[in-house]
Amino acid sequence: MALAKISLEEWIQTATAQAVSFTDFCVEFQSKELELTATEVLARMEGMLSVMEESIAAGLKGPRSKGGLVGGDAQKLQRYLAGKQQNMLGSFIGRAVAYSMAVGEANAAMGRIVAAPTAGSSGVLPAILFALKAEYNVKSLDLAKGLVVAGAIGMVIASRASLAGATGGCQAECGSAGAMAAAAMVSLLGGTPSQVGNAVAITIKNMLGLVCDPVAGLVEVPCVKRNAGAVSQAIVAAEMALAGIESVIPVDEVIDAMDSVGQSMHCSLKETAQGGLAITPTALALTEKIFGNKI
Amino acid sequence: MNIFDIIGPVMIGPSSSHTAGAVRLGNAARAILGEPVAEAVIGLHGSFAQTGQGHGTDLALVAGLMGWPTDDLRIPQAFDYAKETGLKYVFKNINAGDAAHPNFVTFQLIGRTGNESQVAGASVGGGRVVISEVDGFSLEFTGEFPTILTLHEDRPGAVAEVTGILSRRGVNIAQMRVFRRNKGGLASMVLETDQPVDDSDIAAVTGLPLIRSVRRINAIS
Repeated sequence: MALAKISLEEWIQTATAQAVSFTDFCVEFQSKELELTATEVLARMEGMLSVMEESIAAGLKGPRSKGGLVGGDAQKLQRYLAGKQQNMLGSFIGRAVAYSMAVGEANAAMGRIVAAPTAGSSGVLPAILFALKAEYNVKSLDLAKGLVVAGAIGMVIASRASLAGATGGCQAECGSAGAMAAAAMVSLLGGTPSQVGNAVAITIKNMLGLVCDPVAGLVEVPCVKRNAGAVSQAIVAAEMALAGIESVIPVDEVIDAMDSVGQSMHCSLKETAQGGLAITPTALALTEKIFGNKI
Repeated sequence: MNIFDIIGPVMIGPSSSHTAGAVRLGNAARAILGEPVAEAVIGLHGSFAQTGQGHGTDLALVAGLMGWPTDDLRIPQAFDYAKETGLKYVFKNINAGDAAHPNFVTFQLIGRTGNESQVAGASVGGGRVVISEVDGFSLEFTGEFPTILTLHEDRPGAVAEVTGILSRRGVNIAQMRVFRRNKGGLASMVLETDQPVDDSDIAAVTGLPLIRSVRRINAIS
């Protein structure tokens, strides 16, 4: 079903003209759309946040995945970072990357997660939001507002491109999750509506063309580490946007470019496990090990 | 589409299409049968057959048949619970042809009181599903709305009678389609409504002269 295209630029202009923060604009706009009060919408989002928080904790315990390809790396990274006086990631990115892998590993181990926007990319938003909570003291109600901002950005992307790896490759899943998280970060840290748009545009531009090539068709390799990559891209884009750096290509056009790249992408690179990493000799050997001669 | 389609659903991993969607297909099949499932033959096609095991698709389908939601923490142990509750299931790989969706499944179900149903459908992405066959009728509905499924005689007035009853009871029809096996024979109506449909609505529709039977499928959360 084709959805009517939503223009993020129009939302940015409206929020700017009304002199409200992009966060407040999204909360009010989405509450109206849902015919709910802002309090009701935020309460539902706080419910999502508690599931996200639990999924981080579950993943940090190091569960093994269903297919057996992933598990324990979030814990490994967390322990490594905790034991170093100095590390290249720094505390915010280090924490966020460990959290994103934790949720990815919990998901792969059949743990409970929030698909946001999808299960395969479910690590990105919890990672960013709970890193903001730990490192910037962002309150729970504001994190819930951040989820509304992220969801609103996801709606724009769904209307102009896609959020499904089978339709648009991993750029549509981890790329979109990164863009949604970047928007939430910029908005919660006091960025202007146009800075939110720039963060979305920059994240997507840096992840454009990313293929979906899961080994054995499972949401394990490379999905967990791609969540970590998306987190770092989102943080880079958010800081650039907050510094006032602008995307030369306007955000709606960037999203449309993601759609056209997704359409040009060969189907072997869109969640079919017929190309990319999924057909490397090692991946094929692992596939046979997991499924025997079933594939 | 609304914001909770993007942020959500809350689900047991790892895949919205292969796990959450599989639960919902099981939920829909159980609702169509209309009673707890005693025996199930589950046919897996395409990607469901090839990679389903690694995604817990088999566990998710059985969990769905037991009526569990997509975020039920017991899903990884669904087979153990099925054994305890006396649900017998068997999986087989099927080939539904190239035109079939890659995540396609068929159910042959027998209920506790002996009712039988055949249901087929697909998980089409993001946890959304489409039911495409019920008891030999090719049809189409998503389970996102409260749904009424009729078996009726293909004669003038059948549709008007059903829609008339629903309008008098304040139930708005969001989508509806009519399917028939052959002209003048048995037909089926799928009505997706904005409001929940209660027992008295179903009883009123069931009492109509051209209606043979009516089933209700509550919206899948």
